[in-house]
Amino acid sequence: MGADIIFWMVVALTVGSAFLVVLSQNLIYSAIALLFSFMGVAGLYIFMMADFIAATQIVIYVGGILVLIIFGIMLTQRIRDVRISHTSMQRGIGGVVVTLIFLGLFRMITGSPWHFEAIPEVEGTVSGIGKLLMVEYLLPFEVTSVLLLAALMGAAMLSRRGD
Amino acid sequence: MVDLLLQKFSEVSFLSGMPSALLFVLAATLIALPLFMFVAVNALVAVYAERKISAFMQDRLGPMGQGVGLHAGKWGLLQTVADAIKLLIKEDIIPALADRKLFILAPFILFVGAFIVFVGIPFNQHILVADFNIGVFYIIAMSSIGVIGIIMAGYSSNNKWSLYGAMRSAAQIISYEIPLALSLITVIMLVGSLKMQDIIIAQHGLIWGILPNWFIFNNPFTFIAFFIFFISGVAEVNRTPFDLPEAESELVAGFHTEYSGMRWAFFFLAEYANMFIVAAMTSIIFLGGWQSPIPGFLNGPGWGLFWFFSKAGFLIFVMMWFRWTFPRLRTDQLMQMCWKYFLPFSLINLLGVGLWDLWLN
Repeated sequence: MGADIIFWMVVALTVGSAFLVVLSQNLIYSAIALLFSFMGVAGLYIFMMADFIAATQIVIYVGGILVLIIFGIMLTQRIRDVRISHTSMQRGIGGVVVTLIFLGLFRMITGSPWHFEAIPEVEGTVSGIGKLLMVEYLLPFEVTSVLLLAALMGAAMLSRRGD
Repeated sequence: MVDLLLQKFSEVSFLSGMPSALLFVLAATLIALPLFMFVAVNALVAVYAERKISAFMQDRLGPMGQGVGLHAGKWGLLQTVADAIKLLIKEDIIPALADRKLFILAPFILFVGAFIVFVGIPFNQHILVADFNIGVFYIIAMSSIGVIGIIMAGYSSNNKWSLYGAMRSAAQIISYEIPLALSLITVIMLVGSLKMQDIIIAQHGLIWGILPNWFIFNNPFTFIAFFIFFISGVAEVNRTPFDLPEAESELVAGFHTEYSGMRWAFFFLAEYANMFIVAAMTSIIFLGGWQSPIPGFLNGPGWGLFWFFSKAGFLIFVMMWFRWTFPRLRTDQLMQMCWKYFLPFSLINLLGVGLWDLWLN
């Protein structure tokens, strides 16, 4: 199946670039690898029939957060001179901890009784999300928007302090 | 459209024996190839048009064939072809201290960001690669990938002018995305769907008996939204009067300073593809896309293509007109225009459209 091959390619893209994010010793390479990881996650959302979430993932994470991260890296002083900006330390202990966590997760994933179900053909998720946000979860939605507004104003205040 | 092709393939006897994965790749390629050709031809035509239009606006002739040999063809028609061949065979220079991997990757990221948007653009009633449920939102999402390519190009060139150019460009694109999306929402509120074809079909018919029922004429707020959308779009694709990222005469050409040959050509292809996308989006969302200006008149699929390309072509012409008649904005003026004028206006617009729709319909 074509879809199957694409699914495994997306998985490989997500996991492979996530590894690159962690293992790369150049901060800017990690940031760029994060781009492909985010794209892969968006692809996984599409396989879950969550098209709106997939596009949101790209708008928010690629268009917003990743650009912010890269701006942060580029505006940090002397990061261009020091090529190796983050090194790995205490690999032995870290390796043991990571292996233990991985084994625990692996046991949990393989041991738990997964509930399989054929995905129903969804005719667009946008209206459903919109109705839930505007009817059932209206209060959390509005509170979140006030919180974001406060964060925005706070950031503006902090950056204007120098004037 | 991929599904349609796969279905067609299954009917052909010698293809049905092949593995389905291979057929899938074949179908995808068969769609991607014409789109790629379209992007390339679009750049060729747009470059020629731009040279000619700029020349006529400055009372020059522009590229012309000279003498018996017709060096650049009649009226200089072969000028862009010659330019393209020159770019293809030009030496590929990568600066010694550049970050090689990112330097090579950057133009492709930028180009892919522009190219995959074409998947969601309806050229007429039938020619549309995929009519997503989230159509418009998909296009907004995919066009945000290009920013990363610009920043990569600026960073990897190892040149402070490139880096500054990339920062200017990214700041500009991210800022103007907000009024662009907000003026888009005014239309989406009226249509109640994100699908491209739904938006176009909603613009069928006449308004007040004379004007086509396009969203630009629908109400006073969408009229304003059209201008905010189009001007923000021009700013998004870094064209004059918003071409600070590549102001070649004052600011050392921005993020693609160190690029040459084919890699530079990819930046150019992406720029002209983005120009077409902005023109196409504006004509789809506010000018009725493939709909004829007079309902029922010349409204077949072929005419759909004609109307779509006339509208988009006219808007591309307007962008070129801007370029050769407006002076460039300063960075502070650019940001002021976005944050102090466009953003409040588009927010008021959004409220206005909501109230208009509530009271009048």
